[in-house]
Amino acid sequence: MSDRLTQIALDDVDDLGVGCGILGTGGGGATYAGELMAKQVLEERGPVRLVTLDELPQDGLILPIGTIGAPTVSLEKVPAGTEPARLRAHVEARFDAPVVALMPVEIGGSNGVKPIAYAGLLDLPVVDGDAMGRAFPEVQMVSMNVAGLPPGMVLLCDPHGNLVSFEPSSEYWAERLARTAAVAMGGSAVEIDYIMTAAEAQGAIVEGSITTAVEIGRALRGRGAADGVQALVDHLGAYALIEGKIIDVERRTTGGFVRGSVTIEGTGDDAGRLLRVEIQNENLAAFEDGRMLCCVPDLISLVDDQSGEAVPTEVLRFGQRVAVIALPCDPLWRSPRGLEVAGPRAFGYDLDYVPVEDALAPRA
Amino acid sequence: MPLAPDLRIGIDVGGTHTDAVLLNAAHDVKAKVKVPTTADVTSGVRAALDGVLDRAGDPAVAARVTHVMVGSTHAMNAILERRRLQKVAVLRLAAPTGLAVRPLIGWPAELRDAVLAGGAIIGGGHEVDGREIAPLDVEAAKRFLGEMEGVADAVAITGAFSPADPEHELRARDVAREVLGADVTVALGHEVGTLGLIERENAAVLNAALTAVARAAAQGVADAVTAQGLDAQLLFTQNDGTLMSVEAAARTPVLTIGSGLANSMRGAAFLSRLRDGLVVDVGGTSSDVAALEHGFPRESAIAIDIGGARTNFRMPDIVSIGVGGGSIVRPDADVAGGYAVGPQSVGAALPTQGLVFGGATTTLTDAAVRAGRVAIGDVAPPADLDADAILARAGELLANAVDRARTAPQDVPLVAVGGGSFLVPDALPGISEVLRPDHHDVANAVGAAIAQVSGQIEEVVSLNGDRAEKLEEARGRAIRRAVEAGADGSRTEVVELDEVPLAYMTEPIVRLRVKAVGPLRTSEQRMHHA
Repeated sequence: MSDRLTQIALDDVDDLGVGCGILGTGGGGATYAGELMAKQVLEERGPVRLVTLDELPQDGLILPIGTIGAPTVSLEKVPAGTEPARLRAHVEARFDAPVVALMPVEIGGSNGVKPIAYAGLLDLPVVDGDAMGRAFPEVQMVSMNVAGLPPGMVLLCDPHGNLVSFEPSSEYWAERLARTAAVAMGGSAVEIDYIMTAAEAQGAIVEGSITTAVEIGRALRGRGAADGVQALVDHLGAYALIEGKIIDVERRTTGGFVRGSVTIEGTGDDAGRLLRVEIQNENLAAFEDGRMLCCVPDLISLVDDQSGEAVPTEVLRFGQRVAVIALPCDPLWRSPRGLEVAGPRAFGYDLDYVPVEDALAPRA
Repeated sequence: MPLAPDLRIGIDVGGTHTDAVLLNAAHDVKAKVKVPTTADVTSGVRAALDGVLDRAGDPAVAARVTHVMVGSTHAMNAILERRRLQKVAVLRLAAPTGLAVRPLIGWPAELRDAVLAGGAIIGGGHEVDGREIAPLDVEAAKRFLGEMEGVADAVAITGAFSPADPEHELRARDVAREVLGADVTVALGHEVGTLGLIERENAAVLNAALTAVARAAAQGVADAVTAQGLDAQLLFTQNDGTLMSVEAAARTPVLTIGSGLANSMRGAAFLSRLRDGLVVDVGGTSSDVAALEHGFPRESAIAIDIGGARTNFRMPDIVSIGVGGGSIVRPDADVAGGYAVGPQSVGAALPTQGLVFGGATTTLTDAAVRAGRVAIGDVAPPADLDADAILARAGELLANAVDRARTAPQDVPLVAVGGGSFLVPDALPGISEVLRPDHHDVANAVGAAIAQVSGQIEEVVSLNGDRAEKLEEARGRAIRRAVEAGADGSRTEVVELDEVPLAYMTEPIVRLRVKAVGPLRTSEQRMHHA
């Protein structure tokens, strides 16, 4: 991987959006509105600085920030832009310590892009990292939880200026209470949790993920899958699972989540192969002839063969031409605690996790 | 004895040609004509009307024409060429939400500069559960619109969740009329777009910007019809291939942007009697492939960029490739078979530049003539032209596009229409048979002439409780809308019902889309209903 980026400028926003789409592994919500928010702020205020944890005062506070709610609601309800300032003021008053940086809670999807806008508005840098290295559907599926940090104070703010703050007894209560508050707020709100100092964040976050997202965007945007996927394989440690067309999409909604599977029939060099990807909002596991090739927490993304952009689960349809790629997750997710929080069993699959590079080894 | 008023004329105003057909009550094609499209629309349409009535061979037919149905790409071209666009005051009803993205931020600067008079985001709009985000801020609307007087030619108003509840948009429109005059042009988000505030706002803005062009085109066509002495009702077709009134076409021109493509697909379905399958329309420069579902083109599920502005109104889901009768052929050792085909094309200049017309450019039409697939032109193509290899390459590109448009794994029939459809091979993978109906060269005008009337609703609803009853009620409303738009109620049916659940909500809230379609009421039936 190349060097870390030191800033996000206006010209980087489209690449960041494409990369966050890929890291969204089919979920995470459309990045378009987030890209527009970031462009508006960067146009007015110039680039936002990206920092590593070492560059920050170690006792300064980092705010992991994201949007909680239904992606469809987010299509209609764009933030006011005032939420981050209100959240920051509340945190600084309660903790009696300065906030020194924001961090995307989730690099995948819209949550990877919006923090750039928020940071520009607050004149704060953004930590080049996030709490997932991808997208996950639930609040407790974050690296800080894996690292043993408590959720601490959870805050939600909506465009009306309502601010809800609570201290859940566990990460599961954090999810349940935050979800309920978000629904009361109209289905979408800006959320902060796992507030931590830069010192506490060491080893508890996925570092470098904003740089990774921009690099993925640069490799793919406007290039189409054929060249772009090869660039990801060559430079970013991705694995090309199959290139082909979607021949079946099965989808149902249960318990507030979209579940189902998509089947891809190989074309060209992959002719004769069939790959099935299991979906639960995000792409969770890929199988070929009953053999698992990749599963959560490793990343599986479907890439449109023309645009090179990620294909979100809600627009999958018969006949689409896609490349399916896999990316190894951050090592933190491969620890026993990481797999307990976000391994295949955390999603109800009776599967043992096998790292993608091992699962694919016999084929190499 | 005077003959019954039983004829209708379909017209398609394309980028290059204006086509017209005359159909009788049984929908048989009685006459057809192709003339060049003119910049003013009117004279091309007049020439087409002249031509088609003349070819009918009987001066009495003009008196029997009851309807003239028109599909056109002029609105799309106006955006692409940034021609005669109006300056728009953009009013969003969403505050305090939505302030983080100001109107038109994602547009290409040139188009934004051509269109934007000013923007404001004021209190109003609704939440997903139907509550008001804020009461409509009438004072702020008055202030902003007052500032726009003399600056803006038209107003676009978009409220959060307006597809579910348009009340604030309607009230803000009344304010605009109060401030800027009763005849001010106002585009409303819920009339042109679906869920997605920014995309819907973009659609409303484009719509407002197009109103002058659209009115001029509607007037131009109406004048041509009047000049021809026709006592016929004039109707326009829209993106889904169904009809709208002249007034609606002038009010919501973005809904006509894809009408040419939709008409061609509908015409192909009608001429071939196929309801489900694929259609390929091969023109001079490109080929468009679409899937037919119940006789209508499948609609696109993704956002569509129009001139660089992202929108979300419904458009036919089309696979387009740069292969047509005028496609330029070049030797290329890197391409299997040894020839590269398109995407460059001589386009409308084929009758002067193609080899078979004495020109110097090798085109796909020359290869087709050489291979004996079609007999046109007045010069024999060179004997050493490797027609088989060239046509095989074109066939391969077409086969690939056709395969991309497929919606199911089973083999399906393919209807080949358009002036260049001789390029479509008789055998294609995944295709059970290739249908080449009569009059395929004017399928788009036929599609306009046989167009039906639709009614559509799209909203976000909670299905808590009696789901069946709520779905039934939605079906009823879609049918009522179709009948209000002129459909024959006794033959109107729901052709589409889409129910997409929203993720991450604790109640069963769904996005519901229902579309009903029926044939146009005849004048006799209209009297009964009046």
